[in-house]
Amino acid sequence: MDYAIEVEKLRKEFKSYSSRSGLMGAFRDLFTRNYKIIRAVDDISFTVKQGEMVGYIGENGAGKSTTIKMLTGILTPTSGKVVVNGMNPHKEREAFVRTIGVVFGQRSQLWWDIAVQESFRLLKKVYRVSDRDYKEHMEHVIETLDIGPLLDKPVRKLSLGQRMRCELAAALIHNPPLLFLDEPTIGLDVLVKLKIRQFLKEINEKYKTTILLTTHDISDIEALCERVIMLDEGKIIYDGSLQRLKENWGEGKQIQFTFAKEVVDEELRVLTNDLKIDWRKGEQANSWIAHVPPVYVSDVISRVVARYDIQDINIHEISTEEIIRNIYEEGVAHG
Amino acid sequence: MDKYIEMIRIRFLMMLAYRTNYYTGILIYCINIGAYYFLWSAIYSGKSSIQGMSIEQMTTYVAVSWMARAFYFNNIDREIAMEIKEGKVATELIRPYSYLGMKTMQGLGEGIFRLFFLSLPGVIITAFLFPLHFSTNINTWAYFALSITLSFIINSELNLLAGMVTFFTLNNEGLLRAKRFVIDLFSGLILPISFYPSWAQEVMKYFPFQGISYIPSMIFTESFQGQAVIDGLLFQLIWSVILLIPIQLLWKAAKKQLVVQGG
Repeated sequence: MDYAIEVEKLRKEFKSYSSRSGLMGAFRDLFTRNYKIIRAVDDISFTVKQGEMVGYIGENGAGKSTTIKMLTGILTPTSGKVVVNGMNPHKEREAFVRTIGVVFGQRSQLWWDIAVQESFRLLKKVYRVSDRDYKEHMEHVIETLDIGPLLDKPVRKLSLGQRMRCELAAALIHNPPLLFLDEPTIGLDVLVKLKIRQFLKEINEKYKTTILLTTHDISDIEALCERVIMLDEGKIIYDGSLQRLKENWGEGKQIQFTFAKEVVDEELRVLTNDLKIDWRKGEQANSWIAHVPPVYVSDVISRVVARYDIQDINIHEISTEEIIRNIYEEGVAHG
Repeated sequence: MDKYIEMIRIRFLMMLAYRTNYYTGILIYCINIGAYYFLWSAIYSGKSSIQGMSIEQMTTYVAVSWMARAFYFNNIDREIAMEIKEGKVATELIRPYSYLGMKTMQGLGEGIFRLFFLSLPGVIITAFLFPLHFSTNINTWAYFALSITLSFIINSELNLLAGMVTFFTLNNEGLLRAKRFVIDLFSGLILPISFYPSWAQEVMKYFPFQGISYIPSMIFTESFQGQAVIDGLLFQLIWSVILLIPIQLLWKAAKKQLVVQGG
């Protein structure tokens, strides 16, 4: 088995009901309702190899969670083929879910009113983990995530960061070869994020665990994933290495000038019109940002400095976040 | 099987997590039984028996009905509805167990807990206050135990059905309330079925409700004798099997229908 996940022409449609307006409309809604078919996931195909860490990104409502829910067997696809760990998630649910671990950042899987260790004990029984395996594997997990002191506290008394680390440990009790993480770092502080990332890297190296991660925090992806799949309106718009994404889209520098006096858009464009660069208004007063290919950096700076009174110059690398924003705004074709 | 027993244990822990609930629970049982005792003594006032039941049998019937209710009653319908509404059912479906089986086990854990830790102390307290008659016949106790087990099964099956309707409507608070009321009324908890007009008794033979409360209580008070006991148990057994069919059908349809709300 080479692929952990194989998806072909996967599609999921929902019926979305809309209400008619007014009182008469409300009465009519009692008998017949208007609905639209919404395609949340639109014929996507991709594969993930064993041991890969893949970032699955997209805006809110792009279809990320829906895909994850189909991959984990929670939702039935409308059409298309899904094979995960060599099984059809929906058909062989009970056997299949033994081979995966899932963390949903926005909902807890631990039992709210009882101590964390009781949840662990139940899960150990549910996944039929032997005492020896549990001891060997979980002692390490508990130590790395530093949750030993939290085990006898009820979940409702834990902070978000503490809870999240426990959730992660709970998803790993049966040491699954495939891990789905749906926004695992949402709302966490930097230290906890770092700890979680480090831990994920470690289990990926140690057990060759395949990890599929959705997140809004691009730094998670940069720290963990070599490959990203980008989704927009239910379609895959980019699937490839993060490196290539940066090379194609993030080439060049951003130079931010802060001028002493007000400057007009037109003038700047005229000044550099033979170099094909983009000018954008910055957030501070009198600041303008130029997106410049590397070869023209010195040229642009010398022209601007010669012409205007400058208070400050900053040169940035284009961030991944910026690249992704550009892709969503302009579409991928231009790359 | 291990995991199901573990689930019962977890449920015990959850019930014990809130101590105030526990103590008020006992009090509520005493108050309920007491209120019905005074109501029925007012109705009997002087008469030695109504519909073949003596006042002592009636008081015992009431006490036992409530005790049995502690065991068969559970909130799994509401829990299923809530888990669907909040989208929590997603995390249940990624576990290698049967969701409905696990819910039933949670109900059983709750039932056992309430029976021994809420209603038994409650009944012992009321036994000091009001004249209750407990049978000394070991067979009666055995039949009763069997009968309330079947009550639990029938009631849980109805709860699963009612809860699963949420998969389709996404909000069925009204239905759950109506179901609870229908069960309290038609199961014989409030009034023994033998007090209903004969046409109503006839109609109710075709519904599973009297298998929930009326039959075990009649067995315990020894108002059922001989063949009537066997017939009652058979009635319960048949219904607990029949109800499995709509559950399976509805579950299949529900899984297809599943829309996980939020996120």
